[in-house]
Amino acid sequence: MTNSPARSVADVSETSNRALLSIRHVLKRFGPRPVLRGITLDVASGEFLTILGESGSGKTTLLRLIAGFERLDGGEILMDGARLDPIPAHQRQVNTVFQSYAIFPHLSVFENVAYGLRAKNAPKSEIPDRVTQALAMVKMSDFAQSAPSRLSGGQQQRVALARALVNRPRVLLLDEPLSALDANLRRQMQTELKSLQREVGITFIFVTHDQEEAMALSDRVALLRAGHLEQIAGPREIYGEPATAYAAEFIGQTNLLRADVRDGIASAGAIVWRTFGPPGKVTYSLRPECIRLVPTVDGLTSAPDVSTARFRATIRNQAFGGAMDMLELHCGNGARIRARITNPGPLHGDHEFEFHANDAVRVRETGED
Amino acid sequence: MYSRAYKAAVAIPPIVWVTAFLLVPYAILFCYSFWSVSSIQTIVHHWNLQNYLELARNSLYRDVLFRSMRIAAAVTCFALLLGYPLAYYLSFHATTRKDLLYQLVIIPLWASYLVRGYAWKTILGTDGVLNGVLRFTHATDLLLAIQNSVNLHLAASHQITLVPLPFLLYSPFAVVLVLTHIYTPFVILPIYASLEHIPRNLVEASHDLGSSPWSTFRRVILPLSLPGVIAGATFAFVLTLGDFLAPLLVGGSSGIMISNIVVGLFGAAYNWPLGAAIAFFMMVIVMALLFTTERLEKRLKVS
Repeated sequence: MTNSPARSVADVSETSNRALLSIRHVLKRFGPRPVLRGITLDVASGEFLTILGESGSGKTTLLRLIAGFERLDGGEILMDGARLDPIPAHQRQVNTVFQSYAIFPHLSVFENVAYGLRAKNAPKSEIPDRVTQALAMVKMSDFAQSAPSRLSGGQQQRVALARALVNRPRVLLLDEPLSALDANLRRQMQTELKSLQREVGITFIFVTHDQEEAMALSDRVALLRAGHLEQIAGPREIYGEPATAYAAEFIGQTNLLRADVRDGIASAGAIVWRTFGPPGKVTYSLRPECIRLVPTVDGLTSAPDVSTARFRATIRNQAFGGAMDMLELHCGNGARIRARITNPGPLHGDHEFEFHANDAVRVRETGED
Repeated sequence: MYSRAYKAAVAIPPIVWVTAFLLVPYAILFCYSFWSVSSIQTIVHHWNLQNYLELARNSLYRDVLFRSMRIAAAVTCFALLLGYPLAYYLSFHATTRKDLLYQLVIIPLWASYLVRGYAWKTILGTDGVLNGVLRFTHATDLLLAIQNSVNLHLAASHQITLVPLPFLLYSPFAVVLVLTHIYTPFVILPIYASLEHIPRNLVEASHDLGSSPWSTFRRVILPLSLPGVIAGATFAFVLTLGDFLAPLLVGGSSGIMISNIVVGLFGAAYNWPLGAAIAFFMMVIVMALLFTTERLEKRLKVS
């Protein structure tokens, strides 16, 4: 608990007056096992928030609490400042797109989409128009009278989206909706999902374990880890300034440098750079793409400027990756560094590498739990 | 790929079995239904439709057949009314007690039919357990008073004091009660199976879309469990229609069913041809029923 992300929580509570959904100190246990250990976060109106985490992090449980499928063991959930958590699922202005779509097999596509409208006693005359509109929005107009069993996974996905959006919910919850689709369809649906969200302006809370998907879609990413909120920030911020070592490693690839900081100098083995932070043992995250090959002219290199760190390393492995190659470097005392270099050509032996000192980001070492 | 010899070796035993023990006896029975019995109680191999005409003409058979169907329909209704809620509870709400409850449904099936029939006899008899309790609590007085006020002409013949209820045993009521008890598990099991097959996220999706629990039951759970309901109802109806032990044990003369008549014709009455005709007629009814319900189930079943 000592490593709870105090900074990000403080950031969020400043914005709470315009939050649509406020999750406050939420606790959830399954039997003796705690699944959520005090989650606090706010979701702004119209935001695309992704809850990211590996399996078992509690991300789906958090979603199910918002939907009303599970009961809280502590804390509260507010919508527009009013308590949401005591309200039964069927009375919440929240809709869910389920991971396995959960299309009613005994109803046609049209009736599936109309289900929520009929349940809420929408005027009978409105139903056909709204259903037709919703199906058009997800490009499924031609399938209105089809049986769900005749649809492919991607098509069922679209029906599930239409079925949820037709109710004009305040918040749309999406539980790993793309994980069952193949890679191409998945990318296509990501794009469509994002433009759909812009079009309808509904708040999306999207759960995924795929960090690339999270980065591509979201306004903000909430990273969960073992029931804790590790960090919540925009994709660029969470990638560029990860708060913790875990966040740095989970989102993208990184090198964790465990350095000694003394007199404004950080040293991690053979790698030394200038830093402004307080002294002590500090962990830094250095993204592989921040490392460059030092250019040589006739075997000589130019002198580095003060804010550039240089080190010498042996290339142990070079993986061709099209535009960028991934290099595995060994520098001196067994430290391994991964570097992503643009079009280096084949490399062998020892080379000089450099990075800008600001690219090494201080991160908190993550707790023992 | 399996060899020709292997395929034959696998296929022949069941074919032989079905032919020898099912088709041939049925064929013999079918032949019997067109023969007749002479005045000296021998079976005459003289082909005619007399037995089927007798079946149509004699109101005794028609009455008993209709009574059997009424009893079967009543048993089916009661078994569904008792079985569906239990199957629903078992599938959706019995969390830790699920296994125990499921066993409790199954266990009666291990007990002999006769044992259960005789148990009901001791419960329902004039000096039986039920009457004992009712008399002890004076509930019989009340029940008889109600009955008497309905049938005023009977009022004088009954003393309003500590008399047992005579209509419990040896009545269609007793037959319905006993058969409901015996066949309810056959209704519970297919309904339970169909409820278990409903993905739980459909129930959540229904709540999510604004349906109350009751409306979710009506619009999602019930429609998706209908194949099980139909299978269970078919079991109860068909098994009851062919039952002859319960009427024998607790039915008395007013509770006789069609199978008792068939048994009688093959036994003491020694009229195998007429018995065979009734049996065949019943078989046609049951097969038509099975055919219909199977098609209905298939149509309701959605992949």
